[in-house]
Amino acid sequence: MAQAEDGTDWAGLMLRVRDCQDRAAFAALFRHFAPRVKAFLMKSGAGAALAEECAQDVMAVLWQKAHLFDPARASVATWVFTIARNKRIDALRKDRRAEPEELDWGPEPEPDQAEVMEAQQETERLGRALAALPEKQRALIERAFFGELSHSEIAAETGLPLGTIKSRIRLALEKLRQQMT
Amino acid sequence: MKIRHHLSDQLLMAYSVGQLPEAFNLVVATHVSMCDECRARLASFDAVGGALIEEIDEIAMGEAALEAALARIDGLPQATRTEPLKTAGIFPAPLADYVGGDLSAVRWRRIGGGVKQAILPTGRSATARLLYIPAGVAVPDHGHRGMELTLVLQGAFADENDRFDRGDIEIADEEVEHTPVALAGEDCICLAATDAPLRFRGLVPRLAQPLFRI
Ligand SMILES: [Zn+2]
Repeated sequence: MAQAEDGTDWAGLMLRVRDCQDRAAFAALFRHFAPRVKAFLMKSGAGAALAEECAQDVMAVLWQKAHLFDPARASVATWVFTIARNKRIDALRKDRRAEPEELDWGPEPEPDQAEVMEAQQETERLGRALAALPEKQRALIERAFFGELSHSEIAAETGLPLGTIKSRIRLALEKLRQQMT
Repeated sequence: MKIRHHLSDQLLMAYSVGQLPEAFNLVVATHVSMCDECRARLASFDAVGGALIEEIDEIAMGEAALEAALARIDGLPQATRTEPLKTAGIFPAPLADYVGGDLSAVRWRRIGGGVKQAILPTGRSATARLLYIPAGVAVPDHGHRGMELTLVLQGAFADENDRFDRGDIEIADEEVEHTPVALAGEDCICLAATDAPLRFRGLVPRLAQPLFRI
């Protein structure tokens, strides 16, 4: 399985939640991600009490919608981010955000291990790239993601190596479309 | 047909972070539903969010938080996989959701010259509407402040510079002065969003110039 640098296999834990309703795996995910989600929401302008409550909600969604987690598509951190973002929109009464049509990836009991590894390691690679950015540029990206910038203030030029991620997902989508026809 | 006109990085990133007005969210979600290229680009912005969550300085949860969470999931059944909603018509799922069905469910209002529109219910900071432009007819001439997104759902339109087919999105800022015309062959249906009130200059659309009868 794909292991993070600190040795923890978050995707593996997430699959145990998904496939075996494993409470110990959930507890490990909670210890790691709940304080991060809380920090994310506080940076986004929520008070401590609201952020704590929302972090609880986010972790409940992670349990409840575990079937939507696909380790070959996104890292656990990325998946947690999308749930936390949606929670922030709810809690801070931001504009409703329609979701794209879901794709029928189909049941994939044995995802390609190389793809899983790739997807899980992307978060660390991006983290290193973020750390290497000039302070000003990193701050701009953080402010965008913490919801401090309006859409017209967002500068999309991140200086991050996003092309590799795009290509990987593009390939997966092409494969999927071929299977569907 | 291959989609040639895509969303900008700025719009995709603003959608990923959840900072767009509701009407723009709808247009982005509808285009992404039709376009794998933008779906993949969007996923790469979501991945930046993941990296930030991972790197953030955590803030400790309350003492009994984990216990509370474990107690909560005890009574919480896990949802099971459902087949994604398939739409048979021309509206991808997010748009069908707003309209309450496909094309036949749209409540059009005539705005002259055979052109019809239907305003969709969204938050007020921006407006989303469906436009129905008969083949060969010009899109009603309107100035707009701010940004306007136009996504083609059926047929095609062209202006002096380019043509837009199903799935293509035109991003126009206030500087753009153009005269888009629905191309002959099929009536054109678009989803448009603008973040400033529309100012129609004339209610009667002009007839297409012969030049545009491609
Ligand atoms: Zn696109």
